[in-house]
Amino acid sequence: MPSAFTIALIPLLPLLGFVLLGCFGRQVFRKYSGILATTLLFGATIIACFTAYRYFFHEGSGDAGYESLVPLKLTWLQFGEGLSIDMGIMLDPVAVMMLVVVTFVSLMVHIYSLSYMKGEERFPTYFAFLSLFTFSMLGLVISSNIFQLYIFWELVGLSSFLLIGYHYDRPSAVAASKKAFIVTRFADLGFLVGILVLSYFSNSLDFPTLIQRLTDPGSDELKAAVSSSFLGVSALTWGMLLVFMGGAGKSAMFPLHIWLPDAMEGPTPVSALIHAATMVVAGVFLVARLFPVYALSAGLALDVVAVVGAVSALLAAVIACAQTDIKRVLAYSTMSQIGFMMFALGVSGYGESGYTASQFHLFTHALFKALLFLGAGVVIHYVHSNEMRDMGGLRRQLPLTHVAFLIGCLAIAGIPPFAGFFSKEQILEAAHQNNRAIYWTALVTSGLTAFYMFRLYFSVFWNRPTHPGKTHGREGSVAMLLPLVILATAAATAGFIPFGEFVSSDGKPVDLHLQLSSAILPVMAALGGISLAAWFFLRENDRAARAAFAVKGLYRLARNKFYIDEIWLFLTRKIVFGLIGRPAAWFDKYVVDGLVNLTGNSTALLSEKIKTLQSGRLQQYALWFLAGAIGLVVLFIYVWK
Amino acid sequence: MTGATIIFYLLAVMTLVSAVLSVTTRRIFRAAIYLLFSLIGVAGIYFWLDYQFVGAVQIVVYVGGIVVLIIFSIFLTQAAGEKMPRQRTGRSLLAAIVSAAALGLILVEIGRHRFRIPEEQGAPVTVRTIGNQMLSTGEAGYALPFEVISILLLAAMIGCIVIAMRSPAGESEKRDMQAGPDTAEKL
Amino acid sequence: MMTPGLYHLLFLSTALFFIGVYGFFNRRNLISLLMSVELILNSVNLNFVAFNKYVWPGRLDGLFFTIFIIAIAAAEAAVAIAIIINLYHTHRSIDVEAAEELKH
Repeated sequence: MPSAFTIALIPLLPLLGFVLLGCFGRQVFRKYSGILATTLLFGATIIACFTAYRYFFHEGSGDAGYESLVPLKLTWLQFGEGLSIDMGIMLDPVAVMMLVVVTFVSLMVHIYSLSYMKGEERFPTYFAFLSLFTFSMLGLVISSNIFQLYIFWELVGLSSFLLIGYHYDRPSAVAASKKAFIVTRFADLGFLVGILVLSYFSNSLDFPTLIQRLTDPGSDELKAAVSSSFLGVSALTWGMLLVFMGGAGKSAMFPLHIWLPDAMEGPTPVSALIHAATMVVAGVFLVARLFPVYALSAGLALDVVAVVGAVSALLAAVIACAQTDIKRVLAYSTMSQIGFMMFALGVSGYGESGYTASQFHLFTHALFKALLFLGAGVVIHYVHSNEMRDMGGLRRQLPLTHVAFLIGCLAIAGIPPFAGFFSKEQILEAAHQNNRAIYWTALVTSGLTAFYMFRLYFSVFWNRPTHPGKTHGREGSVAMLLPLVILATAAATAGFIPFGEFVSSDGKPVDLHLQLSSAILPVMAALGGISLAAWFFLRENDRAARAAFAVKGLYRLARNKFYIDEIWLFLTRKIVFGLIGRPAAWFDKYVVDGLVNLTGNSTALLSEKIKTLQSGRLQQYALWFLAGAIGLVVLFIYVWK
Repeated sequence: MTGATIIFYLLAVMTLVSAVLSVTTRRIFRAAIYLLFSLIGVAGIYFWLDYQFVGAVQIVVYVGGIVVLIIFSIFLTQAAGEKMPRQRTGRSLLAAIVSAAALGLILVEIGRHRFRIPEEQGAPVTVRTIGNQMLSTGEAGYALPFEVISILLLAAMIGCIVIAMRSPAGESEKRDMQAGPDTAEKL
Repeated sequence: MMTPGLYHLLFLSTALFFIGVYGFFNRRNLISLLMSVELILNSVNLNFVAFNKYVWPGRLDGLFFTIFIIAIAAAEAAVAIAIIINLYHTHRSIDVEAAEELKH
């Protein structure tokens, strides 16, 4: 097993990149910034893969399956006995898997950005922010302490803010970055309260200790946490629900998903890295990290997770069917797939297959979603527009991208033998065993997924361009196409990894065999969706328009994202600002400030009165002199004997 | 009820009443006259106490000198006839209260104090004894203060002359500097 | 009524003193102020003489103080009148309120 220092290098190398590029990028490195960042990240990737190899095949496996190793633990802030914020590294199957995923996808995005962002004036700054993000995400996944995780959580949010608002001269980008930060910050409030509740009951902030104390049936902490209740729900469940609120915000679950479509204002490689493959799955990671507590001690919270995931998945799929911006379709598809991951966790019991299926889907989704986004980036770069109506018939002009994009779409639709089939299959299997309602919802969503993804594919690469705009000429440079090739290969083959051997909630291998009988239904749903999309969009026709007209109401709802943004705006403007903000401001201005002003004014008034004593009239002085002398005499004779 | 007692009370009443009238009247000339009567009353008290020399000095200097000086200055500042403006009521009231309070306090304290009054009365005081004592340099002699007083009087004389002289001199200088058509009339 | 003694004289002189003090606070005319000051000085003189007569009968100190105070009062009144006349020439008024250069 590599030493703690070597493992620590995985996040520290990108951090070094951030510091160097942040301080010296503009003056010293300039156009070599990208190379520097990519090289450092390549080093981190190698170390991550090596660590994974050693963990999964050598040191990680103990008698009872894979266990969590803590190679590093430094006490930082001691609050009391046992309660301290430590900085440490914890490796368990999910963490190691995430290390590999994050470094690998980040590397692909770095290489892609070398070409995509070439010619940008703030080229070094971009790579500095990208390195910062990678550092934060890597730190997040290897945190051994829940507060440390929170710190990196906020750092990830910050990096996302910086990268979404990268083109700060665009008001829409600025607004989007603010929206993302505010929504996730609001969710993080719940997260923080949840952390406080958990640490109060378990008297520890360390993951292994916290989980053990809150799941061991005999522990006093668990009894205390479960017995105290509020509104009929135990305190522990409240804590877990609040923690999930934080995860839901970061992972764009309903109703905190409003920031994700707007976040597409950022550059496309950023969308690929942050808002598809890595940051948005942080919520899933968090639930997975605390899964034993969810499964064994707070079942109600787990049910909420499942319902929220399923609702988000279905909602996002419906909305995606009516969007015309290529990146927005992909954003909603991300939300939908994360919904899949969430409800897979939600329906799973401790040690069951749902957990593994969820993590497997996280793994494969990262690969094919990054592929789809990078491919979309090539298309956008080529036609200089995000709208689907400006694209069409591009399969001849962008052959490599076409094949890669097709592989990505097939993967997300769940067509064998691509990666998405295997992971989605397992999820549906787990849902089928535990919650039939969610199973049918998931099935419908799968069909919709295939439909809207292939709607996108056919509109872009087949069909006829509605508004043929200017086109770039060349498909793209090697730097842009190489990651596509690598990711396409990965998306095609990753399904065959025996995930159940490595990742599961209790460390023991889970049997993920494929039952052909149950696999038929989803595949058929997917094929149905693809055919429908082809019927509508393969050739130029007006069938789609007529169909949309037929379901006018629903279409309009979907097109306007179910007006959820408007509802949030109403809530904040009318209710929070109007009923809470404005009275508070009035109180502050007239009562608090008024008191302070009163003090000032009364002092001034008093001084005006006292000023008249300096009248210059000697008689008055003499009068007060005598009065004072008499007063003193009385004092000395009668009062102070 | 001896005659001495009656005389004392009469003199005391005259002094106090004149003093009160002097400080409250609104016509300044009358105030000066009331002051005159008050000072005569005090001189009377001195005579009643068998200190004739001091009583004489009081009349000569105070009544005959100072009050006359005051009357002259009243005429010089042309304020004899009109009624003087009154002080603000608040100030008046405050002054009255403070003075009355102080008066009451001091009287109470004096009343409470037991002065050691010796039984035997001393020899009657004559001008000869006063003169000898004042100019002697021995024990309880007042030769030094006597000399100092003369210096003081000299200084006061010179000071008065200087102060009183400056303003006309200043005015005549101003007049010399303003040479104009009206200068001849003023001169 | 008893024979007037020390206390009666002290009563008289104290009353005279505070009448003078009241006049000093209350009057607006500079000359009236001077007259009040003369009353105060006289009350002091009475005090000295009273104590000399009743408490220290064999000595003459009180008497001498009285004589000197009279002399000094005369000098002071002369100087004061000179100043008042000077002030009258510059301000054309002997109202106390008129001389307010010291006012804040």
